Amino acid sequence: MFLPAPLWQSLWLTLQLATLTTLLLGVVGLPLAHWLNQSRSRVALVIETLVTLPIVLPPTVIGFYLLVLYSPQHAPGSWWRAIVGEPLSFTFTGLVIASVIYSLPFAVQPFQAALRSVPPELLDAGRALGAGPTRTFWRVHLPLAKRGVAAGLTLGFAHTLGEFGVVLMIGGSLPGRTKVASIALYDEVQKLNYDTAHAFAAVLLLVSFALLFIVTLLQRRALRG
Amino acid sequence: MNARCLLLGLVLFAAGFGSAAPESRAAGVTVAAAANLTFALDPLREAFHREHPEIEVTLSLGATGNLVAQIRRGAPFDVLLAADLDYPRALIASGHAAADTLQAFARGRLVWWSLQAPPPGADLATALDDPTLRRIAIAQPAHAPYGVAAREVLQHLGRWDDLQPKVVMGENISQTAQFVETGNVDGGFVALSLVLAPRLKDRGGWIAIPPEFYTPLDQGAVITRRGADNPAAHLFLTWLQGPAAQAVLQQFGYAPPTAAPAAP
Repeated sequence: MFLPAPLWQSLWLTLQLATLTTLLLGVVGLPLAHWLNQSRSRVALVIETLVTLPIVLPPTVIGFYLLVLYSPQHAPGSWWRAIVGEPLSFTFTGLVIASVIYSLPFAVQPFQAALRSVPPELLDAGRALGAGPTRTFWRVHLPLAKRGVAAGLTLGFAHTLGEFGVVLMIGGSLPGRTKVASIALYDEVQKLNYDTAHAFAAVLLLVSFALLFIVTLLQRRALRG
Repeated sequence: MNARCLLLGLVLFAAGFGSAAPESRAAGVTVAAAANLTFALDPLREAFHREHPEIEVTLSLGATGNLVAQIRRGAPFDVLLAADLDYPRALIASGHAAADTLQAFARGRLVWWSLQAPPPGADLATALDDPTLRRIAIAQPAHAPYGVAAREVLQHLGRWDDLQPKVVMGENISQTAQFVETGNVDGGFVALSLVLAPRLKDRGGWIAIPPEFYTPLDQGAVITRRGADNPAAHLFLTWLQGPAAQAVLQQFGYAPPTAAPAAP
């Protein structure tokens, strides 16, 4: 359309990254949020703090640590290369792992709140009817918290769309592999192509607005019950 | 009571910031510089300070394209030290810099750098043939002049196409060096000024690239519209062509600029 093909490619790549990251956020984040809610141990306190860190830390700090960790010169980056055959840095997989870490608090915190908001009596009822803890979690707890869970997933998705600093540090700006929308936009500004940058920024703005609109809608509905 | 004390402290703190800024502006120059100058800038500032202790030099580092975008949006820079001559020319064309102040101040050089030091006398073509070479870093040719030069070198050697799957792009030349230094790539095309810096000069080894392999990296300095009536900016630019500044630049591997650039 009105944008050059490489920009659409980067937008498509961003959507793929955000989708995959969101799926993983659900798989990793939901059990994690449940465990954090249940556990009284000090370990849980430390883990919860660690999970929250990306909200506070500059993305450049996370990106720098990941760059060091991904380096195939030493562990754990060397283990990854030994197993998979290619290093993690400058790969799509590397970006997915980074995005999950970076967006984890944005998903886990709403998950925790949503799971906490389910009245314990309902869970007790599930157990009284003979369901085990795992079955209760999947069949009773999760369905009752689904709106909050959806909000957490959407927020994780939206946050990954807006990712820039981390990708800038570990991506290497490879078209079709690691050149996501934010990096493509940055490159256009660097090239002084302000017209293209404006158009692309408007597209990103619209996509982000639509997503946040959905989140807000879900949250308002959840409040009304 | 405590809250009031805190509030009062914050107000005083903020006031301190507010009053400090205009004073430093009085006899100072704000310089925005391209990333390849990362390590040369502090020695340059020290040398300038020895001759002109009354002038405060404030430095900002970044990719040239970014600095240009910022200057166009009113960033408080008096002088731009770019990685090439095209970006300053673009700034002049849009009316954000004074045309008669553009000058080449240094000629940058590109080298091949790897942590696994190449044997003495090794040439670039052999280094690129090394089968253990999985990834090589260059600066983004779309906007980094040193990246353009790296692409030209690979094209000159007829290796641009077949090495494509191994090429990773650094956002600027400093980040390209960082990819090499952290071991995330096996080698890369970086500025000689970076590998000659005390911080990096004992890391790995580098191979010089014949200058005829790429278009000369003449770097331009220009005074912005904001700096046009700041005498310190003009003084800094004149000083940059002088022996003290050129000596520092040569320590970092820059060659003297050959010819004064023509106006666009």
